[in-house]
Amino acid sequence: MKKSIGERIKRTEDPRLLTGQALFVDDVNIPNMLHAAFLRSDYAHAYLRSVDVSEARARPGVVAVFTAEDMGDDWQPGPPLVSPPPTVEDITFYSRRQVPLAKDKVRHVGEPIAVVIAESRYIAEDAVEDILVDLDPLEVVSDIETALDPNAPLVHDDLDSNLAAHMIQSKGDYQAAKATAEVVISRKIEIDRGAAAAMENRGIVADWDSKSQHLTVWDTTQAPIPIRNGLAARLGLSESQVRVIAPFIGGAFGPKMMMFYPEEMRIPWISIQLGRAIKWIEDRRENFYATTQERRQVHEAEMLLTREGKILGVSHTFLHDSGAYDPYGLTIPLNTESHAMGAYAVPNYFSDLTVVFTNKILTTPIRGAGRPQGIFVVERLLDLAAKELEMDPVEIRKLNFIPPDAFPYEQQIIDQAFSPLIFDSGDYQPVMEKAAGMIGYDQFVKEEQPRLRAEDKHVGIGIVPFVETTGVGPYEGARITIEASGKINVATGVGTQGQGHFTAFAQVVAEQLGVDVKDVNLVTGDTAQFHWGTGTFASRGAVVAANAIHASALIVREKVLKLASKLLEAPEEELELEDGYVRVADIPHLSISLGDLAAEANPLRGAVEPGTEPGLEATAYFGPKYGAIAFGVHAMIIEVDPETMMVEIKRYVVVEDCGTVINPLILEGQIHGGVAMGIGNAYYEQLIYDENAQLLNASLADYLIPTANEVPRIEIGHFETRSPLNPLGTKGVGEAGTIPVPALFAQAIENAFPDHDLEILEMPLSPNRLFELLQEKESEK
Amino acid sequence: MKPPPFEYYNPTTVDEALSLLAEHGYDAKPLAGGQSLIPIMNFRLAQPAVLVDLNNISELSYIQPDEGGGLRLGAMTRHHQVEHDPLIAERAPLIFEAMPMIATSQIRSRGTFGGSIAHADPSAELVAVSVALGGRFRLRSQSGEREAAASEFFLGMFATLLEPQELLVEATFPAMPARTGWALMEVARRPHDFALVGVAAVLSLDDQDRCQDTRIVFLSVGDGPVTAHHAAEVLRGQAPTPELMRAAAETAAADDIDPSSDIHASAAYRRHLVKVLTRQALELAFERAKL
Repeated sequence: MKKSIGERIKRTEDPRLLTGQALFVDDVNIPNMLHAAFLRSDYAHAYLRSVDVSEARARPGVVAVFTAEDMGDDWQPGPPLVSPPPTVEDITFYSRRQVPLAKDKVRHVGEPIAVVIAESRYIAEDAVEDILVDLDPLEVVSDIETALDPNAPLVHDDLDSNLAAHMIQSKGDYQAAKATAEVVISRKIEIDRGAAAAMENRGIVADWDSKSQHLTVWDTTQAPIPIRNGLAARLGLSESQVRVIAPFIGGAFGPKMMMFYPEEMRIPWISIQLGRAIKWIEDRRENFYATTQERRQVHEAEMLLTREGKILGVSHTFLHDSGAYDPYGLTIPLNTESHAMGAYAVPNYFSDLTVVFTNKILTTPIRGAGRPQGIFVVERLLDLAAKELEMDPVEIRKLNFIPPDAFPYEQQIIDQAFSPLIFDSGDYQPVMEKAAGMIGYDQFVKEEQPRLRAEDKHVGIGIVPFVETTGVGPYEGARITIEASGKINVATGVGTQGQGHFTAFAQVVAEQLGVDVKDVNLVTGDTAQFHWGTGTFASRGAVVAANAIHASALIVREKVLKLASKLLEAPEEELELEDGYVRVADIPHLSISLGDLAAEANPLRGAVEPGTEPGLEATAYFGPKYGAIAFGVHAMIIEVDPETMMVEIKRYVVVEDCGTVINPLILEGQIHGGVAMGIGNAYYEQLIYDENAQLLNASLADYLIPTANEVPRIEIGHFETRSPLNPLGTKGVGEAGTIPVPALFAQAIENAFPDHDLEILEMPLSPNRLFELLQEKESEK
Repeated sequence: MKPPPFEYYNPTTVDEALSLLAEHGYDAKPLAGGQSLIPIMNFRLAQPAVLVDLNNISELSYIQPDEGGGLRLGAMTRHHQVEHDPLIAERAPLIFEAMPMIATSQIRSRGTFGGSIAHADPSAELVAVSVALGGRFRLRSQSGEREAAASEFFLGMFATLLEPQELLVEATFPAMPARTGWALMEVARRPHDFALVGVAAVLSLDDQDRCQDTRIVFLSVGDGPVTAHHAAEVLRGQAPTPELMRAAAETAAADDIDPSSDIHASAAYRRHLVKVLTRQALELAFERAKL
């Protein structure tokens, strides 16, 4: 049988994407369609006294204007997006979800207050300026570190404070360990906000057909099925009356999950009110003010070690910025907790998490989703410990890795799904050694770096391992059909955001059915085609969806073999599937094409035998017991211009272990994109708010995304430790590239300034900030 | 991000354009390459009632040699043309060197020389370079024509001598004297970004290798192009030794600029960059002047 899984196949969807032949939400145009524009708050925190839309309504071309008042009983906060934390003892959690249009109060800049529906977007935006809104500004909760001050203003007036959640997790006995620790490293560590900044902004087209009583919605969502179910429930429709299509999406990275954004809920509702199709396409400015963000956390972190460098414990008490609402629960900070022990055997762990509301745009997972923060904390502490102990950074890590015979390794804490965190499989040391080898770590440190330093060059090396929790449940499903043309149709609910699903999933099918990947047609993200599943996030596509596809491919294969065996009069064991044919091994002329077989399985005359089904089709599902833990190591050599603080990446190496590799080319693309985003998180991308919680860089001129100029050539090595939790043995990789990069930058920059005793305890950095840090060190000298 | 309604005119001659500007006065805005004006309109920061599109006025697009070794550039000459013109490379190498630093190649294919000058962004390379080269601008209106030196043309942030009914039609640059070196240095977060700090230097030597004339002009450190008079004074009549150039750079950073802080760079970092880049620019200009 020809192998398909593991082949470097070019993405079959790319010709369409690259030549403008792919459907995106903004390509959907319906006769008689209207356009929406939102009036948004200019204030971060204010009472909404009145909204006068009379002038806007009178503008020619305006069809309707809606405020919260106009929604009547349909005005309801959005649903919680993840299951709320179980009401166990010691967890405090106040759920406050975003509202469809602000009613009494605005809680962040950009919160929608009214929506104009007009003949064109131009007219709609003109009419937005006609609206008179009376906002009574309030004191602002601009940062997490002051949000819990006793006299801090309240984001939610009905709560006693801005506390959104509090919980403690521990393992072992941290305090007892501290009493015996020979080395204690304590630091305050901060990570600031960034944006996902997908190339395509959000958008939605809703079309209510009153004659068929059917709603069709095109939505830039990563999770079309939950959106369909939620919309149906909110709109009082049957799920069968709502079809949600997530067509091609120009990047999502998390903020397009099943968000139930105010716009996402409002546009379908308005389509039903007006009986017209409505389009809303988010513009780039709105994307900065109305699409969720992430990463702000402040940690008081500590690591305990023996003099030999063995970790005895890790603790961190940290604040997480939830923004104005917390529909996504504790997913991000729980991910941080799951990663703050890194890839290491940490016997004692203590984590005290406090989530606070602020008058900022809400935070939800963005590629990495709390993991980069956790890895930054543990890797920074370990680097500082290595310095104190005068140990090599590679050696101290090898000393502490979870050993290969310890898997499955129970971390004794709970993960973001409130399930026990278990590391399924791994073999970390060889991956570390491979990365060190690829970048020439020893040679660089012993020979090249001293030589370059003698030439006054500020060159630094970094090497950072990381883990990634991936492939979480609950489940995905797929239906595979062999059509009479011989083509294979695959329908899954998972959705796609550019990851190469059309090719990778086709490879999983081709592996079992012996067809060319080009003959596999994937339908994804259309609830009319498949309506069971959740979505594409949490690095789960290649784990959960691919295994569901694998499961249904196996059933279809059985059906093929059974029918072919009957028609070819040969035992199933002697049959092989290749090139779209079922052949009797060693008798090539005894064969039948899959298309002919499909036609035979769907006879026009005669009866289908009792107990059998027509067609060569199967639907199957897969849900993992728990998440698979991927591992990787990034290494980098940089040169810093000590006069300008500009950083040049000279070499960048990634060795990734995400279990079975379905398509190395796609995997490498995922890593390239992830690293680019990580470089942004480390040195370019920072959302800067002032003391009034006004975002100061809400444009791509001032919010700096790394371009091809800033992203180096990335050398990639693979290592495969199969996951025992799924038949394909896959682990996720979607977020991997992003996770260790801030920690890697910190290590490499410190290494480039050996005489400055520099400590990088914050991310993102910038040339300006690096200049300040070095000035501080200079003045200490 | 859609602009409010505006009237649009599409003249094909300068005279037609001037008559439209005369008619609409303050309500009108000439549209050159649109690489700044259109985004500003989409942000609704500028809401001109009338746009006078200059893109079909072919008489405004040219690069010509001037008698005496100088240059004339029509205001609507695209950056892309300037970037690849051998005459520019030969007669105004500082402009030639500046071109790739302006935004991206996509923007340069559309943006124009005159548009950048008239927009008067203090971060624009061509603004500082024009002052450093002693460029002059021809401004025309229905009532006549006048000329302004680049050093007097820029009045502040996005502000120039141009009256509402006036059009910038041409930029002229004199021949560079013999034994003149030049350099443009900048630090930008990404190559295509507005520079955090930039410096254009033009340095002329006498036959004893002493600085006869030095012009140092900064971008991104003030409301307009900032000329380093004190630093130039340090160099005047002196042989530019490394120590002297360093001293001039320190003078520039200390006395010639008063930079502000913004989200990308603090005033202190900008001052530091001015010191670094001025030294580097002087060193390179000196090397080139000696050739």
